[in-house]
Amino acid sequence: MTRTGEGRDARAVGRSVPRVDGAEKVTGRAAYVTDCVVPGMLHAALLRSPLPHARIRRIDAGRAATHPGVSAVVTGADLVQMPGLDPYFGPAFQDQAILAIDKVRFVGDPVAAVAAATREAAREAAQLIEVEYEELSAVLDVQAALRAGAPLVHERLRPSQAFADLMGIEAERQTNVCYHFKLRRGDVERAFAEAAHVFEDTYTSPAAQHAPLEPHVTVAWVTEGGLLHVTSSTQSPSYVRLSLARIFGLPLSKVRVTVPYLGGGYGAKTYDKLEPVTALLALRTRRPVKLQLTREEEFVTIHKHAVTTRIRTGVAADGRLLAREVAVYWDSGAYADIAPRVVHKSGYTAAGPYAIPNVKIDSYCVYTNRPPAGAFRGFGVPQVVWAYESQTDAIATRLGLDPVAYRRAHLLREGDLFATGTPMRSLAVIECLDAVAREIEWGSGLAGSSPPAPEVREAGVPRRVLRGKGVAVGIKAALAPSISGATVMLNADGSASVLSSTVEMGQGSDTLLAQIVAEALGVRVPDVQVVHPDTAVTPYDTITAATRSTFHMGNAVLQAAARVREQLFAIASDRLEVDPDLLRARDGRVFVAEAEDRGLTIPEVFGAAFQAAGTTLVGEAVYQTSAIPTDHETGQSERVTVMWFVGASAAEVEVDLETGQVRVLRFATAADVGRPINPHHCRQQILGSAVTSIGQTLFECLHFEGGQLTNGSFLDYMIAGYRDVPPIITPIIVERAHPEGPYGAKGVGETGALSVAAAIGNAVHAALGVRLRDLPLTPERVLQAMREREPARAARRGQVERGPG
Amino acid sequence: MEAMERQIRLTVNGQEHELTIRDNTLLLWLLRDDLKLVGTREGCGTGVCGACTVLLDGRPVNSCLTLAAQAAGHHVTTIEGLATNGRLHPVQEAYIEERGFQCAFCTSGFIMMTKALLDEIPNPSEEEVREYLSENICRCAGYPDILRAVQNASRKLAARGR
Repeated sequence: MTRTGEGRDARAVGRSVPRVDGAEKVTGRAAYVTDCVVPGMLHAALLRSPLPHARIRRIDAGRAATHPGVSAVVTGADLVQMPGLDPYFGPAFQDQAILAIDKVRFVGDPVAAVAAATREAAREAAQLIEVEYEELSAVLDVQAALRAGAPLVHERLRPSQAFADLMGIEAERQTNVCYHFKLRRGDVERAFAEAAHVFEDTYTSPAAQHAPLEPHVTVAWVTEGGLLHVTSSTQSPSYVRLSLARIFGLPLSKVRVTVPYLGGGYGAKTYDKLEPVTALLALRTRRPVKLQLTREEEFVTIHKHAVTTRIRTGVAADGRLLAREVAVYWDSGAYADIAPRVVHKSGYTAAGPYAIPNVKIDSYCVYTNRPPAGAFRGFGVPQVVWAYESQTDAIATRLGLDPVAYRRAHLLREGDLFATGTPMRSLAVIECLDAVAREIEWGSGLAGSSPPAPEVREAGVPRRVLRGKGVAVGIKAALAPSISGATVMLNADGSASVLSSTVEMGQGSDTLLAQIVAEALGVRVPDVQVVHPDTAVTPYDTITAATRSTFHMGNAVLQAAARVREQLFAIASDRLEVDPDLLRARDGRVFVAEAEDRGLTIPEVFGAAFQAAGTTLVGEAVYQTSAIPTDHETGQSERVTVMWFVGASAAEVEVDLETGQVRVLRFATAADVGRPINPHHCRQQILGSAVTSIGQTLFECLHFEGGQLTNGSFLDYMIAGYRDVPPIITPIIVERAHPEGPYGAKGVGETGALSVAAAIGNAVHAALGVRLRDLPLTPERVLQAMREREPARAARRGQVERGPG
Repeated sequence: MEAMERQIRLTVNGQEHELTIRDNTLLLWLLRDDLKLVGTREGCGTGVCGACTVLLDGRPVNSCLTLAAQAAGHHVTTIEGLATNGRLHPVQEAYIEERGFQCAFCTSGFIMMTKALLDEIPNPSEEEVREYLSENICRCAGYPDILRAVQNASRKLAARGR
């Protein structure tokens, strides 16, 4: 059942009110960091490593320093001589130097930085820097990195202290594994011995790029008063402030991070990227400095993890899932960035939202000499869903069971324990599955079978095609602990301002926060101004990512607004001589609930309290969730999160038997959003992440040769465009209100991304009878798999069949 | 190697400009740096993403692949040139109504492409919209909303007799 919440008590929330940023964005006037110009501003460029792993022997920057227009050239050698500077940063480990100090660790590692009068001068000068390297043997993939005696990417590691959930992490000594998450529940070996069937497969998911159309860009300058001002395309202004303060030894108050509109993030712009080096150049030159990446540099800055997942499942004769053992290997590249959290959070969901009494998970964060990998919409979960939902499908079809019915029978329900031992709550996964299955008319043929090829003609030429349908579900947990602070100011004229560090990156957060304040204070949405992140005035917020802003910042803003309302009602109750509990706020008025004409306008309330015009009432709140850390050995925690979010996808595909091309004809994607604050924006999020994920399923893939990225430009790297949107694609909102969510809301930024690849892979299997295990599902791979299908089919599947007992 | 300089005249959004440019100056940089018309965005610099689309004598071009010198003597229209007398162009109104944008870094390019499409084909089929706009990338992937915005704009323009 869907309910849009357009009831009497929900006027601003629950409605698809227009975006508050519309006029700015359609006129081109919305300001991004790319548009930021500060008087006297210099432009920066970076010199990057051409080698995947090498010791820096000598750098000669002489010619660059005297190049016309150049103000400063900085190298790693300069960093170690700067007093009071800690040149290392990173949210999990402080493993990345602002510029390479002792050695370079990937092709593209920044080695030197130049600030000059123009972008061209800076780039020309950077090319004049001479670097002498001593090449070291490199580990170019996870397998090589895990080999005994493999060269170490990092000899020493220092954990960062920025986040509670990452403070305890320990790297394995003298290996390239920088974090190993372990989950142990029940006795998997005994369960495997008792299983009627054991399925064992390896699935891979490739590195892919975020490709926000706005590249990373930072402008930094130092004011006369010693304030370091940084305006940056970041999803994490509060963290960046902390990081810069630590690096440069400044009080938090002397670092001001501002973020205007973001031209897309999708996880790429989390944590520190260009800010440390740009700030360094600004401090060095005492001039404003702008650093904006080229598209090609963007490709080596951060990407989605390449993942290999080995998954083994023991199943009873009646189909019950007895045991699941999962080993997940994450290629984190040369610097950890946020990878340990990806490895932890996705790791503990790697067995899926199923009732399985015995679970063993090992999730390994592995350094390699590749560009760094980090957060990408879905935060690693799509990669593990690809494995567990492909295999769950294989189990159902192998047992001759309907894949939807099979999942329904074994999905976790309210109150059941997750693999972490955490009781599930507010979990509409079955409803999501049912909704997508209904949408693509599951059960009306095609599922799990290969019907005769229909006659399809293209330009008069008949094509041999097969069609199939597939489904998949996915689950992710909201980051916990997690903190959002907010300030709400109500002005005497009934307009309001919200001070929040949530970054508007297209998801509609400005509109959402305005809706919540409008609802709480009874004012108009267009009269609420959301002030963009400015750490000088907007309170701490963990990050704009992880599907957390609606829930966390929504709650903070709601509580702050409630504090304003208390003050408003206290003043009005004196004037109206009525208990404040009986007052309500709506349409710019405060009135008595049972006698609506007895009331005051907001300006009248202010008039009663203040002897001046233009005054404000201010409310503040910090909303904080808590979690119990997972046990180091068993991964168990009674409260690993406060909010789960679940979704499901269903696909109908057509596979061309001549070319191997997979086309998605019909796609349905459902997300449990709690209650939608803005239904249209929820559908936009669900749909957008689904379309992006369809591209990642069918063709997106970063190719490396000898550590060198070979398709790092928009000319070579395909991303989903108009032609890739399925002819029929339906986003579905499923509502299971969260008891702690603002107006029951959860979040929806990533839900649509979780289960797309597996649904398409399962549909391809239904069409061809072939299961592909490596993404993306390119025509070459499909043809190859079809050719290999017939001989020794079962053996190739890697499925080990055993008799009962 | 130092690029040669030259003087050019061109009309941007109905206003004539005379500028000294280097031979290798791109139209994108002339618009953004010299004329401060920053609504035109650079997404890739290689003519693939379409974020920098402007109209050159009414035809859509990637301003990142167009030399400023090529625009000499011609009329350029950018996103800033669509609204008249403070009133949004029907295409812009349609994008607001249908929410044909999210992060909006691609939006100027999409809107200019939509204007070019509707100037050429006032009532395009869904297939024609897909074909025409396949030159532009929206990484938020709000394509269905953009399609509706184009159709809405087509109706608005028809109702106003263009």
